[in-house]
This record gives sequence, C-alpha cells and structure tokens, in this order.
Amino acid sequence: MNRLPAPFGSRIDRSRPIRFSFEGKPFEGYAGDSMASALAASGQWVLSRSFKYHRPRGILSMTGADANALVQLPSDPNVAAERTPISEGLRVSAQNVNGSLEHDRDAVMDRFGRFLPVGFYYRTFMGPRRDSWLKFWEPIIRRKAGLGLVDTKAPHRHFDKTHLHCDVLVVGAGPAGLSAAIAAAEAGADVVLCDENPEIGGALTYGRYDPAILSGLSSKLEALPNLKVLTGTVCNGWYEDNWLPLIQGDRLHRTRAREVILATGAIEQPAVFRNNDLPGIMLGGAAQRLIRHYGVRPGQSAVVLAANDDGYRTALDLLDAGLSVVELVDPRPAGVAGSLEAELRGKGVAIRNGATVEAAEGTAGNRHLARVRVGGSWTACDLLAVSIGSAPAWQLPCQAGGKVGYDAGMQTMTITLPQGSVHLAGAVAGADDLEDAIASGRRAAANALSRLGHAVAVESPVTPKTIRPRYVQPIVADPKGRDFVDFDEDLQVKDLQNATKEGYREIELVKRFTTVGMGPSQGRHSALATARIVAEATGRTVGEIGITTARPPVGPETLGVLAGHHEVLERRTALHARHVALNAAMKPVGAWWRPYYYGDASSAGEAVREEILAVREGVGLLDVSTLGKLEIRGPDAGEFLDRLYTMAHANQPVGRVRYCLMLNEMGSVVDDGVAYRMAQDQFYVTATTGAVARVYADMLFWNAEWRLKVDVLNLTGAFSGLNVTGPKARQVLGALESDIDFSRDAFPYLSGRDGMVAGVPVRVMRIGFTGELSYELHCPSSLAPSLWDAVMAAGRPHGLRPYGLEASRILRLEKGHILIGQDTDAITTPDELGFGWAVSKKKPFFVGKRSIEMRARLGQTRKLVGLNFPAGTRNIPGESCLVLRGGAPVGQTTSVGYSPSLGRHIALAYVHVDDQAEGSRVTVKCRNGELIEAPVVAHAFFDPTNARQEI
Amino acid sequence: MPLRLLKYGLSRDYPVSGDIPATPALKPAYDVVIIGGGGHGLSCAHHLAKYHGIKSVAVLEKGYLAGGNTARNTTTIRSNYITPEGIAFYKEGVELFERLSQELDFNVMFSQRGQLTLAHTEATMRSFHMRAEMGKHMGTRTEVVDQKGVEELCPLINMDYGGALEILGGLWHADGGTARHDAVAWGYAAQASRRGVEIHQRTEVQGFEVVGDRVQAVKTNRGRVACGQVLIATGGMNYDVALMAGVELPIRCYPLQAMVTQPLKPWLHTLVSSVSLHTYLVQSSRGEVVIGGGSDPYQLYSTRSTLDMKVHLAEGAVHLFPFLQGVRLLRQWAGITDMTPDYSPIMGASPLANLWLDCGWGTWGFKATPVAGKRMAQTIADGRVPDILKPFALERFETFRLLNEMGATAASH
Repeated sequence: MNRLPAPFGSRIDRSRPIRFSFEGKPFEGYAGDSMASALAASGQWVLSRSFKYHRPRGILSMTGADANALVQLPSDPNVAAERTPISEGLRVSAQNVNGSLEHDRDAVMDRFGRFLPVGFYYRTFMGPRRDSWLKFWEPIIRRKAGLGLVDTKAPHRHFDKTHLHCDVLVVGAGPAGLSAAIAAAEAGADVVLCDENPEIGGALTYGRYDPAILSGLSSKLEALPNLKVLTGTVCNGWYEDNWLPLIQGDRLHRTRAREVILATGAIEQPAVFRNNDLPGIMLGGAAQRLIRHYGVRPGQSAVVLAANDDGYRTALDLLDAGLSVVELVDPRPAGVAGSLEAELRGKGVAIRNGATVEAAEGTAGNRHLARVRVGGSWTACDLLAVSIGSAPAWQLPCQAGGKVGYDAGMQTMTITLPQGSVHLAGAVAGADDLEDAIASGRRAAANALSRLGHAVAVESPVTPKTIRPRYVQPIVADPKGRDFVDFDEDLQVKDLQNATKEGYREIELVKRFTTVGMGPSQGRHSALATARIVAEATGRTVGEIGITTARPPVGPETLGVLAGHHEVLERRTALHARHVALNAAMKPVGAWWRPYYYGDASSAGEAVREEILAVREGVGLLDVSTLGKLEIRGPDAGEFLDRLYTMAHANQPVGRVRYCLMLNEMGSVVDDGVAYRMAQDQFYVTATTGAVARVYADMLFWNAEWRLKVDVLNLTGAFSGLNVTGPKARQVLGALESDIDFSRDAFPYLSGRDGMVAGVPVRVMRIGFTGELSYELHCPSSLAPSLWDAVMAAGRPHGLRPYGLEASRILRLEKGHILIGQDTDAITTPDELGFGWAVSKKKPFFVGKRSIEMRARLGQTRKLVGLNFPAGTRNIPGESCLVLRGGAPVGQTTSVGYSPSLGRHIALAYVHVDDQAEGSRVTVKCRNGELIEAPVVAHAFFDPTNARQEI
Repeated sequence: MPLRLLKYGLSRDYPVSGDIPATPALKPAYDVVIIGGGGHGLSCAHHLAKYHGIKSVAVLEKGYLAGGNTARNTTTIRSNYITPEGIAFYKEGVELFERLSQELDFNVMFSQRGQLTLAHTEATMRSFHMRAEMGKHMGTRTEVVDQKGVEELCPLINMDYGGALEILGGLWHADGGTARHDAVAWGYAAQASRRGVEIHQRTEVQGFEVVGDRVQAVKTNRGRVACGQVLIATGGMNYDVALMAGVELPIRCYPLQAMVTQPLKPWLHTLVSSVSLHTYLVQSSRGEVVIGGGSDPYQLYSTRSTLDMKVHLAEGAVHLFPFLQGVRLLRQWAGITDMTPDYSPIMGASPLANLWLDCGWGTWGFKATPVAGKRMAQTIADGRVPDILKPFALERFETFRLLNEMGATAASH
C-alpha cells in the first residue's frame, strides 16, 4: 500500500473503507478517495490505453481534465477517475482497450505508428472501389474510434435545475477567489462563491503552504451570511449578460450575476520529450494532490523537473512523504530558486541546473516509468514530477471576451479582458505568488463593488513581488518520436511540424488537420506547446500563432444535467374528463389531446360513420376548445383587423360574424378563422389550433408597429368552445334555458349573440365547419363542463351525439372546407384556393395585399379543386400524391377521405390552372407508382348550394 | 494495409504532399477572383482549373482557409427536398459526393449511411409523404416508413414517450450521409492550387471598383486586384460583401448552433433528426455525437453560443435517446447563416455583368459544395447560367417564383 499517515489525506476517511473493482480485480480505498487515488494507493497506476497507439496511460494532473484518466462505469462512459469518488461495489473498467487494459491487442499500433502519420486517413482508405470507404474502411475505423461505451439500457437518472441570482459570482475558491469573495461580501454584496473541488482553498489545500492561511480565510468566510459557498460546483461556461451554468452534481444552477470575478487559477503544463506519457510521469500538482488530498505516496524514487518554486516545493513535499528524491533538474541557471534551493540541498537533494529531461524509458510494455535521461545519462526512478510552469486557465475569460497574448520575455501566456462586469483575480491574471493572488482578489472585488455602486477604495495595483519566467517548458523533440504534445489525441511534435509542412499553418488549421486540442482536455495541456511548435516551424512568434477559440463548456458536462427533468408538455381541454367518461379515443394533436371518436378501437370505423350520420341527420356536439381565441379591444379594433386580415372588418356590423383570412407578407395564406364583432370596440376572433401562438405573436408585433388604439388578449386557454351542429341543433338549444332567441330570423347565419345558456355566460356564433345548421358556444373554461352537461341533456331526446376529430375532418371535406396547413402550403394564394371572395378589393392595405396583386399579375399556375373517385375505383391515392401533367408534377392531393354521405372517396388537390374546370380529368400518381385518372369537381361535394347551413 | 501507408512507413522523411501552398504575393490581375475561401469558393476554383482550363484564379479568404461555415457545419448531405428544382440540384450534389474522394485523391470520408427524419405529428407525416413522392418521382431514394420501420432503422430510438411526442413514422433517405467537412475544402484547395489557382489567406475584401455594370477591381487589405469575373461565396458575410458592390441581397443572418459529445464507441449509424424537437444527431467517424437543431430566433452576426440553445438541443437528444443522459458534452459552437426568404440559395447572375453570386446558403450549404462549385464554374466559364441553376436566380424574389424549401429544411439542414 502506498498510503501515508495523517495529516496527509485531507479528503479521505480512513475509518470507512470502500471496496470496488477495476478491470474485474477487487480494490479497496477509503471514503473520499477518487478512483484514481484509490487505485494508485494499491499500486495500480495504469488507468487507460491511449486513443491511437494504445499506450498505457495513468495519472497526469489529478484534475480530471484529460483522457488519460477517463474510465468506464457500467452505465457511464468517459468518467474522470481523478475526480469521481469511489463507492461501495462500484465496477470500474478501462476504456479503449482491445482485450484488457493489461493485455491490449491493439498495443501493436504503437509499433506501426510510422505507417500512420498525421492525417494519414485523408490519403488512403479510398479504394479499391468507389464505395470502399463506406463498405470496408469506415466500419474498421469506426470500431477503433471513440473512447467509452454508452450503455443503451442505462437506468433513468434524475436531474434538476435551479435559478441563482447574485451581485457577485466568484469562480474559484483558491486564495484569490476567497479573498475576492470575502471582500465583496464584507462590503454587503450578495456573493456566490463556487469551486469544482469538494473543499475550498484551491492550491492552499495541496500546495506547500502554512495551514493558518486557509483557516484564517475560512473563518472569515463562515462569518458572512451573505456569502453562499458552492463546493463541488463547476462553472462550466460564460454566456452573454453574465448568464452562467453552475453544475453541482446532477443539478444545474442557472445563474445570473451582476458582476463576475474569475479566479480560475492556472493549468500546470507537461514537458515534451520522448515517452513523456509513461505512467509515473505526472505534474507536480498531481503528486502534491495525491499526497495531501489522498495520503497516497506517488512513488518511491523520484526525479523532479522544476522550473519554478512550485517544483522545489513539490520536491520538499516528496521528501516529507518519504520518497527519495534522486535529483532535481532545473532548466534555469543556478541560483534563481533562492531559499528553497538551499533547503533542498540541505536535505541532500542533488540539483542539476541548465539541464532538462531528454527522454524516459518504461518498464516492460511501457507500463510504468523506469528511468529518465538527463544530460545524456540515465537515472532510474519510478516518479518524474514535472513543474515547469503553467498557463492561465483561459477558458472562462476567453468566453467572456478575453484576449490571449504571449509575453515572450516572461514566456507567459497573458489574458486581457475588456473593461466590464467580468474581472480576473489570482493566477489567471498573472498573480501566482500567494500574497499577490490574495491582493489581486481584493482588487477585483473592489472593482466589482464600485461598479455595483458601493463606495470602496480601490487598491492600486502593486508590482508583483516576484518577477520571473513562469513557463520554461522544455520541448525536446525526439527523432524517434513518442514525444507527446497532446496525450488525448496521441499527437507528437513531428505531427504538428508535418501539418505545417502540408500547408496547415494557421493554428485553427493545425488543430483541424491534426486534431490537436480536440480531445477531452480541449487543449488544456497542449495549447501552449502547440503554439510554440507551430511558431518555430513557421517562423512566427507565439503571439502571432495564438490559441484556438475557447468554447463552452469548460469541462465535460452531461446531456442529462443540461436537459434536466423533462416531461412531454401536453394540453387538455376543460372537457377532457367528459370525453374520457364517454370512452373517447383520445389522441394528441400538436400539444392538445383531442377525442378522435367515441367508442372502442375495434369498432372505430363504425363509430366515425355513425357520428357523421348523426350530424347530417340529427345533431352532433364537438369540443372546439382547442381553437385559438383572441379578443381585440379598443377604438381601432376594426382598423386593426382590416390591416391583418383580407376581408373588411371596420365596417362589420355589431352582432355579425365574418370569415377572416390571414396572409403573410409574401401573400401566402397562413391562417383563417372568424371574427365576431361583439361591440363597436370589441372583436372575438378565432385562429386555428396550431397557428394561434404565432398569430398572437404577430398581432403583438403589428400592434407595436402600427401603434393603433387596441389591446390584444389571448383567451385560448381561458375560454372553451362547443359546436352544436346538425338539422336538429336549433331544437336542442331551444330546449335550454337561455335569454338568447335561437330562431332563424332572430339569429341568422353568420351572426353572433352573447347571453346566458343554462346559467353559463356564453358567446354564440352561427358558424360551422360541417355545412349543417350550427351554433358555436364559447364560455369561460371553468364553466364548460356544466354547459356540456346541459347541452348533452337537452340533446338526448334529439339523439345528440358527441363526435370526434375523425368525423369532423370528413364532414368538412364533404363540404370542401380547407384546413390551413393541410390544404395550403407555404406559397398558397387566396386565388389558388378560389378565395377571391374573401379578399377585399377596396381596402388600401392589408398584410400581403401588395404581394398577391403582384403574384396575380404573374399568372396563376395551379388551383385547389375537388377530385371524385367513383365507387369501385381500384387504387385511391393517399394524401400528398403528385398530380402530373405531361409527366411533370404540377400539384398534389392535400386531403383524401371516404364520404359516407356520398358513398365514395373524395379529395382536394392542386391541379394545373388549365385543368380547374369541372369535368377535366387529371392524372394522379399513387404512392405505389400507379397512375390513375380522376375527374375534377367543385369544392363542395356535399350540398353545393349551402342550403343546409342557412336554414 | 493500404499501399499508401507503406510510403509513409518506409520513407526516411515524412513525404510532404503540400496540400495548401503558403499565401503568395497578390498579382495585379486575375481572370477570376473568387471571394471566400470556403468549400464553395474552392470547389469553384477547382472546377474552373480542371474542367474549364481557367487557371488565372485567385481565391481570397479573409481569415484562415475554410474557417467559416465550412468548418462549422454539421455535414449533412442529402437530397430529400420538396421542390423538383431543389431535388434535381441536390441530387447532383449527392452524386458528386459519391465520387469526391476519387476526384480529389483526398479521402473526404463520404459516409452514406442514410438519414432518418422523424415525424411526431400527422402534419409532418403528410409533408414527408409529399417529399417522398417528389423524391421518388425525381429518382432519389426517399420513402416514408412507419413506426416499425423507424425501429428497424434505428432500434435505439425511444418510441415510448407517446403523447405529443409519439413518433408516428419517419422519412428514410438512403442517399443521405455525411463527409469530413474540412477534408472537402482541403481536397479542393490542394487540387486547385496544384493546377495554378492561388489561395490567399488573410486577404480581406474591403470594396469594389465598379464602372458601369462591371466590377473593374477588388480592393483588399493587401492591395487592389483587377478581375475579369468575380464570384461572391462568403457564407455568413454574403450580404455585406455584395452590398459593397452595390447589390442588396434578400438575406438575413442568424446564428446556427451545434455541439458535440465526447467520443463514444459507435452506436448511432444513421443520421437522425426530429422535426418537432428541432434536433438532429449524427455520430462521426471519431465517435463524437454531433447534435444540431434550429437557428437562433433573432438576427445576429456573432458566433457566440448560448446556454439556452444547448439546453434545447440536450432536451431533444435525451428525448430521442434517453440513455444519453450520462453522456458528456465536449464543445458547442455557432456559425452565421445567410438565410433567404424561401430557404433556397441564390446562384447565378447579379445586376453587375461580371459579378456572380453563390449566396444564400443559410443552414444547408455544405451538401452543395461540389455541385455549386461545378455549376458556378460552368456559369463563369460560359458566361451564362445553366438550366439547373436558373430556378435559383436572384430575380425570383421580384417575380415571386420562389422555391419554398422551408418545410424540408427546418430540422435537418
């Protein structure tokens, strides 16, 4: 066991052992262990095989940012072993292995690497046949591609979402973030502080710092009730207007912050040399995290590659943890590391300056580090800790508009943000000394506070205490390769160099050609080295090369946490329960559930036929509550409708109902309905079920544009509608208690009345879709069930039958009434529908008027007509079948159905304009390809003189 | 192992193909100046050089090669449109893709695994029937499948939601597929430059010298270039570039967003899209699942991405494939799409005699990269518009001869 005694291991609870398995073998760790730390504690350093060459890989950063340490859980691919806690019985396995992690048959790829240079797949796999890629090569590549395996039977997980609002959001609870949050909260601001780690403190929790610093900051924190701390919470993106997703486990806090302070720290960078990917080679921060967070000894015998104080501190930590530090290698000249150097020498550690690690070699199969070459000679070791510098965590700042620069003198990547509500603090802003970081946090808070209107003294920026190159990354390209720049994608120095030789010289092209930075780490450990290699290969500066665009998310996030808890939205009319009680077959139509017919599925056809006949011969009742219902009020209401619809409404008498037809600006028919003028300044307008949301939005848009004196109210949900239709409709309504006179003379066709029916306030319109005598009763939805019950009771002696959507569709087709969206398409004009009568010729303007006039001048090409299929026609075309003329498509069938009233199939169809005359014969291509002929008839198949609806 | 790989393995030094020559100095004049170094412009350059012998061609690219919508699109290739004119054109596009790797000697990885579009409403089913009937009539492989057909084509789709999201059926388009978008542009660039075409990266057009009805020269940040013919193929910047020549196009620009998951072992073999959910998914050869959908609802020239669209796409993806809940998203991005009123492109002549348009590609331009380049090259070489392009003329917006493809474009681009 590689466990160290307390106080090492701040995250683990040694009293709670936890058993889990990896690659089928049992392992034990402690509560608080991550998978990677628990495995490392038991000497299991290899965690995965690499993407392309299937090389063994292990811990690199302990931050969970790279593919090296992604593992597979039974229902969860690509899990970060370095961050994800173990749990009892967890079954963990390695990813991207052919066979087992230990014996990966694809490890042979490592030997064939020279045959697979960068971009090789663009140069080959094309032959021998034209479809060889699809049939042969791609299936092979696809099998090799990908990392984790998705569990297509994964159990449903629960995710949820909350909203957070704050004055100041501080991202990152390291020393800079803590000091910023404390300063902002002490000034009275409402502060949220989030950090992806399970505890606050950042580097203070694993670096070689005085514990009193963190405990001092913590105690201040706890005294501030207006400071909310979210640990285990990653801020995974910055979106416009400070809209930030904070992800805490399976919860998404959608956060709106007035000011944002990004204290996201810095990302330690690996060194590039041959075999720099061996397990046992890790960043200094990873070694420190293993020691302090998990009490895991990262090796026995270490070499440290250090180019900054952190590296020297790492070496001291390794000594404390009982390792032998064979040598510290520092690329810089002697003397720059000051007191830390002396301390290390005092403990007997050899320090070699002006040198670097040139190569490494592994044990059998490259399963672990065996030795490193420095200055041409080999040194045996099982740990190489690399602390050669870092890059500011640029992801969030760049999403917030930050620009990345490069300070060649300091060999440092820099970030500058535009003046605004986002501020940087700490290492991300270049302050990597502890005191500088804390001061920079306070400064960022002061800037944010002053923007929030707090009177605060803004500290003037101080010169950082230490000025030294932050990043002295040695890049030792090796002629034999395996000098990895991007571990995720198995890219070596020569791959990047060769890409530039091919002409992919821009950084974005290098990325796209080589895939550098496209893996799970998204360039965290490769962007800077890539920029330097490309700069050198193309004779430009690192600043000119830059880095690729930083896109959200910052780190991987599950689709589940984004999608959250979701249900299919559905709407039910107020009469839903009535339909269900009547054994209706309920089906969704758009968002609404509607009765299709009443009765058992086994006798559906019969039920529909009976419902149709009830309407034609007796009386039927249809729930039309899903119709859009809009109320237009105000002195300009008539004028408003005049501009929106094609007919005249300003002069429409009170008490009358008029058809309304809506066009878009292109002159295409987009909606229809009726407008009932209830008063001089009040219209009640219906819209089709599917279009009402858009019609309402359009009305608001035009109302804002025209500034007429009207108000638009959407009553679609608030009101319900019942259509009583059939020759006996008047008798049914006459039997109800009402103050409305339903007689023919008092209440003629296309008029409207308000009053009371059966104690319910109603708006009644004499309109209908069936061609029969119809009254449509609209009432407040809360009263709709009692109105329904009263109508049903009054109708019983007359054989009243509720009918569903199926019957309604046939009834309207028999009358040749069109359905917008079914019998119209995106370019249908009123003329094509034969709706010239519905278009006012006198109005100076309505939406689409100019367009239909221009289109009329161009000449009409098609016309919607009726088609007849005499009884016995062998092949009835379906809907959307082509109408051909001379072999070319000129139109299509739009509605097809069997009419029980007529005893034959009928259809509406677009035909060539020259074929519109009744009696013309047109050719329809059935879905099976057969051509049939059908005669053209008028729209209204049933009761063409409209005698029945006006009785 | 393919022979080509031996060449790499056995040669001492990496054998350089030199796909993209370094940007040369600008000459004072070219026969043809192509504005826009994306897929369309490069394809046109290739066709001019290879098939029309026109080699004095400069492709001017403001940024890096093919870094606009060529780099950002989600690579759907299909011809299941609704108008006969559209289908005829896109069908030729699919056929060119079938031969493209050989044409370019560059593997564009055209993966014709078929596209399945899902219907959740009867209205959608009706429009699918229309597209299928028209597609069959025009000779493409497009058919309506029922629920059982959907399950057979993509067994992992969740068929159990019911209600408003019940899957009623689908439109199966066996001709549909994807290709490696960058490779298409690079392949064209390599072929074109080998035949003498000059590709000028970081060369921004800043204005035109127009005399009478002709463009005399193009003004760039690297100097003035006289031109015989000019083609505008600048994707999201088409409106602005054309306006510099005094041509106002009926184009409005909207951001279109997409996102991609971490690589997974292959599980999704067809392209799947849903009209009602405004979401589509496709798994790339790398194993990443690319997820895209509808455009942002307002005009904008920013390629920022939004949380809300990401949430919307995640909802759609999880609806169709609930097991994706645990799959991790890697990256999201956006491009600027130049939308026309009828969801069809504008190709052909402009009001200026020697200025040609390859514009208005909105959300659907990638699939037309080969065919638009081929036909625009023919147009420029002949000085007249071939029949197959005539329906896409700019004048149609004045004559109302619109080619409405909105219904066939909404969810699957």
